[in-house]
Amino acid sequence: MLLKGNEALALAAIRYGVDAYYGYPITPQSEIMETLIAQKPWESTGMTVLQAESEVAAINMVYGTAATGRMAMTSSSGPGISLMQNGISYLCGANLPCLIVNVMRGGPGLGTISPSQADYFQATRGGGHGDYRTLVLAPSSVQEMADFVAIAFQWAFRYRNPAMILADGTIGQMMEKVTLPPFQQRLTASEVAKLHTWASTGRREGQQRNIVSSLDLDPAAMELKCLNREQRYQVAIDNDARHQAIHCDDAEILIVAFGSAARICTKTVQLARQQGIRAGLFRPITLWPFPAQALRQAAQHAQHILVVELNAGQMIDDVRLALTTQNNPTTTPNLPNTSNHPNTPTITHYGRLGGVVFTPEEILNHIKNIHTAPPTQTAPPTQTTPPTQTAPSTPPH
Amino acid sequence: MLLYKKPSLLTDTNMHYCPGCSHAVVNKIIAEVLEEMNIGTENIIGVSPVGCGVFIYNYIDIDWVEAAHGRAPAVATGVKRMNPDKLVFTYQGDGEVTAIGTGEVIHACNRGENIAIIFINNAVFGMTNGQMAPTTPLGMKTTTCPDGRDPQLNGYPLPMAQLFADIQGTCYVTRQAVNTYKAVKNTKKAIRRAFDYSLQRKGTSVVEIICACPTNWKMTPVEANKYISDFSVKTFPLGDLKRP
Repeated sequence: MLLKGNEALALAAIRYGVDAYYGYPITPQSEIMETLIAQKPWESTGMTVLQAESEVAAINMVYGTAATGRMAMTSSSGPGISLMQNGISYLCGANLPCLIVNVMRGGPGLGTISPSQADYFQATRGGGHGDYRTLVLAPSSVQEMADFVAIAFQWAFRYRNPAMILADGTIGQMMEKVTLPPFQQRLTASEVAKLHTWASTGRREGQQRNIVSSLDLDPAAMELKCLNREQRYQVAIDNDARHQAIHCDDAEILIVAFGSAARICTKTVQLARQQGIRAGLFRPITLWPFPAQALRQAAQHAQHILVVELNAGQMIDDVRLALTTQNNPTTTPNLPNTSNHPNTPTITHYGRLGGVVFTPEEILNHIKNIHTAPPTQTAPPTQTTPPTQTAPSTPPH
Repeated sequence: MLLYKKPSLLTDTNMHYCPGCSHAVVNKIIAEVLEEMNIGTENIIGVSPVGCGVFIYNYIDIDWVEAAHGRAPAVATGVKRMNPDKLVFTYQGDGEVTAIGTGEVIHACNRGENIAIIFINNAVFGMTNGQMAPTTPLGMKTTTCPDGRDPQLNGYPLPMAQLFADIQGTCYVTRQAVNTYKAVKNTKKAIRRAFDYSLQRKGTSVVEIICACPTNWKMTPVEANKYISDFSVKTFPLGDLKRP
């Protein structure tokens, strides 16, 4: 089937047996709600689809549905996701599972409607108030937009925590061939009650009442709840970090990129190899937990790590942390210690901002400059270098 | 002969409410009504607010979902859509309904969500020590209008119930009080009606209750109840604004 990324995600949600979608229109992801409504899933699977009055309302509707043990999801783009942050924090605080889809656009502020990856920090650092993370999957194809719905919900319920699909305008809008997952029945009310004994579905005779809440005024009790959350996060870090490695084994120049940027860089690596440059690509599929261990492995022979993002340099922080420290987020981060790594590659950044998307050739040219640079020249820690020959009004594509 | 008993759904937890606070009275009324409806607790889900009412989940022995400040009607929408046959109600203060949560409550009413909204209007932000609310009567002194509410600076008391009555999705909008025995009886009837209409899927019901906050009004409980009869009802007249 030939589908847009946004459409594939919507159809996959119906097929996976998601119970409810709440959303508010915003470019570049409005097709998600439109596709859902066009399918009338309330007539087939019984799924609820509701256009909310705001993103704030949408995420709180998600909270209400999640509190009853049901699969709830929402989708938006940067400005709307920012409005949802309070609700996402409450969902984490109340240990509620759900799926949040962010089809990123350039920012800050109203920004642009063109693709961007500038919400990496917001997605991977929590985004709202308090100690929490969301489980973040970054698709780089339409197929992954469809496939990640199931993974996100499985993890959300396993860890009792919101999961996020962090896509961007390119992945949401482009059309590709996709195989949709098979139809799956929604759970019945008694199945939900049996599976999710924590859910507020009405107290049954002789049982304790359930209170879904993020509040506890007793600091000692609250610390225990927070530590319990951190333990769950540690299990996710140990088990669920995912990545894709292309030509990493002998790579001298290792590109690290996610989502649509990784897609573009796949072509760059191909072109580089044709020209005898030993380039490789490491693509984090989960942005949180970040595949730090796998990256250390992949970077063993690299002389140079080039982090390529559609932002001013965000994931590069995690790349540096992975390659310079032991990844242990439950303790205070160590100061960078390069002696932990057998090889000490240079780590630089290449990014385009504000909705401008780089081409494979543009990255290749940048790699060639690195490749021919004298070894004594040390690159600055972060280098966001749009090509000087391109005037801002005429993007290279 | 048994003249009085504690409602079976009221827990033994000591209430945190101040002496003379109307919350305690309304909590008990809700527990009584739920018990009298006899629909089984498996068919009831409450949504609690942020504010003095937050701990209602410790006092009434049913399943609860604690919402973010002002978002209870959106949360209740998410609960009710998954449980269309169950009684879903919110318990919210005037900070929620008339300030931070106006968007959510207006649109829940406009969609005609089959939920009941119990709206506690005590004219101040009680939990945070008595700041001005959109419902504070003109001239009333609070920590954020120490010289009395001045319409030039702070605007006018917001008559939300009138707005609710104008919205097509609501079926029942009423304003009650609990400062006298008779008022308590009327409030109980109103809450029962609101819950019944919700189960009958007639649309959204709103029961606004003019409540006393003696602590932040700097009055004795008796003075506070008298203030409601003498002054509050002039700003917020009691009675039904809409019936099905």
